[in-house]
Amino acid sequence: MDWFYIKGILILSGINLMAVLGLSLLTGFTGLFSFGHAGFMAIGAYVTAMMTIKFHLPFIPSLLIGAMGAALASLFIGRLTLNLKGDYFCIATLGFGEAIRLILDNVQYFGGARGWPGIPMYTNLTNVVILDIIGIAILVNLIRSRHGRNMKAIREEEMASQTIGINVFRYKMIALAISAAFAGVAGGMLGHYLGFLQPKMFQLIKSTELTIIVIFGGLGSISGSVIGALVLTSLPELLRTFAKWRLVVYGVAVVFIMITRPQGLMGGYEITAGNIKKLISRLASFGRPRQQTIGGDKE
Amino acid sequence: MSILELKNVTKQFGGLTAVGNVDFVVEKDSIFGLIGPNGAGKTTIFNLITGIYKVTEGEILFEGKEINSLEPYQVAEMGITRTFQNIRLFKKLTTYENILTACHYNARYTILDSLVRSKRFRVEEKGLLDQAGELMDIMGLGDRKDVVAGNLPYGLQRRLEIARALALKPKLLLLDEPAAGMNPDETIRLMELIKEIRSRFNLTVLVIEHHMDLIMGICEKIVVLNFGRKLAEGTAQDVQANPKVIEAYLGEEEVVVC
Repeated sequence: MDWFYIKGILILSGINLMAVLGLSLLTGFTGLFSFGHAGFMAIGAYVTAMMTIKFHLPFIPSLLIGAMGAALASLFIGRLTLNLKGDYFCIATLGFGEAIRLILDNVQYFGGARGWPGIPMYTNLTNVVILDIIGIAILVNLIRSRHGRNMKAIREEEMASQTIGINVFRYKMIALAISAAFAGVAGGMLGHYLGFLQPKMFQLIKSTELTIIVIFGGLGSISGSVIGALVLTSLPELLRTFAKWRLVVYGVAVVFIMITRPQGLMGGYEITAGNIKKLISRLASFGRPRQQTIGGDKE
Repeated sequence: MSILELKNVTKQFGGLTAVGNVDFVVEKDSIFGLIGPNGAGKTTIFNLITGIYKVTEGEILFEGKEINSLEPYQVAEMGITRTFQNIRLFKKLTTYENILTACHYNARYTILDSLVRSKRFRVEEKGLLDQAGELMDIMGLGDRKDVVAGNLPYGLQRRLEIARALALKPKLLLLDEPAAGMNPDETIRLMELIKEIRSRFNLTVLVIEHHMDLIMGICEKIVVLNFGRKLAEGTAQDVQANPKVIEAYLGEEEVVVC
């Protein structure tokens, strides 16, 4: 394996990670399941590509405009569907994602189903890593504030959240918009990495892949989402030698984790300096009392 | 002075009248009791006051302002908070986080403030942490700070729910069967607690309860409901002496209450 190939996998993991971070806020912290995030990625991808190709804007401003495009679309769909209870929102996003793909299939301006070649390849490992770090920082700061706590409260108990003065609808909209913006950035990076866009890239299977990563990593854990994105994006590539069996192994790995750890890899915990210290002290004290009793016996 | 006034309030679910033409006035700084047999419409009235249900007819006034068209979170902002009959805590969050979340109303920093960790964020967040810590100590939950709410003993879960409601600094606190599942000893301690928080936080308390000891012991005024209608109203003595109440709620005449 040469460096170019490894770099490619890392970039794709980084792009997936961006989308997963957004979905983690929505699913892991606010408790709303979405199967339409590929749709938001598609909007981000096409808007960003339009900005760089047709309007000759630099990459980063184009990404931001793409993110805003995805967020606006999410506000529109959220306004209509977030008042629905339970699983209806999930189904609505599923329909939305597929609708976006079918619309793009038929818009000849973007090349339709044949795809859109000739997108400048601006995405490289450096800017993917930097954007991912910024994304993680935004998410961590948001979660550790009253706004993040309100979202967690909505996930836990919606009615009680209302009676302590949380505007549930508004916070769901905010979570959805931020989450869609992350997906939009991911889409923009994807287009400018591959140099080619096709509506087929944003099928339902892409949305499910993102949701699987979030659940695999553990709902309500940012570290879990990061590990999940890195592992599950690179796993099929590392298994290339198994040829046609690789996706079976991938599936088995996901099922195995879900059976042995239904709460996901991290299960709501975060990797922080404080938690690591706690873990080490627990591991250290694990052996200690035993030694003391042995010593006591001898005396 | 009245703080809450129900005027001719009716709530119908399809053809069923859950609450019919109920009116009563809750005086400021009082402890007001709402009693009645199962299915009398007590919890429905709480849901109407807090905006979870919308009234079919009639008016609910809080400090002279009509609140029956408000959303639940707006009612909470007006200064009315509640607890639930079947406890509704944020079960997977710790005791501390439960209270801290509810304190949010006392900070006004925006999302942007929290993203860039501005000075406003740091000052207000510190205020929230202090407020939550103080409330934990007052409510005697200080030593259970990091326990996940779902793992607390039942009595403490009820206590935590009251603490969470108090975090908003409400003017009116609605308690839905706070003593359910408690033994007589715990009930007496709960009575003391309700009295104490009333005077400490300058609250008006509206309480639904089945424990007659508790109701008769702390409530200054009581309304009795039966089949969604108001049966009687008055002090504990008045209500106990009322033959209609005895018949509907307290059982036959031979039964000695209290």
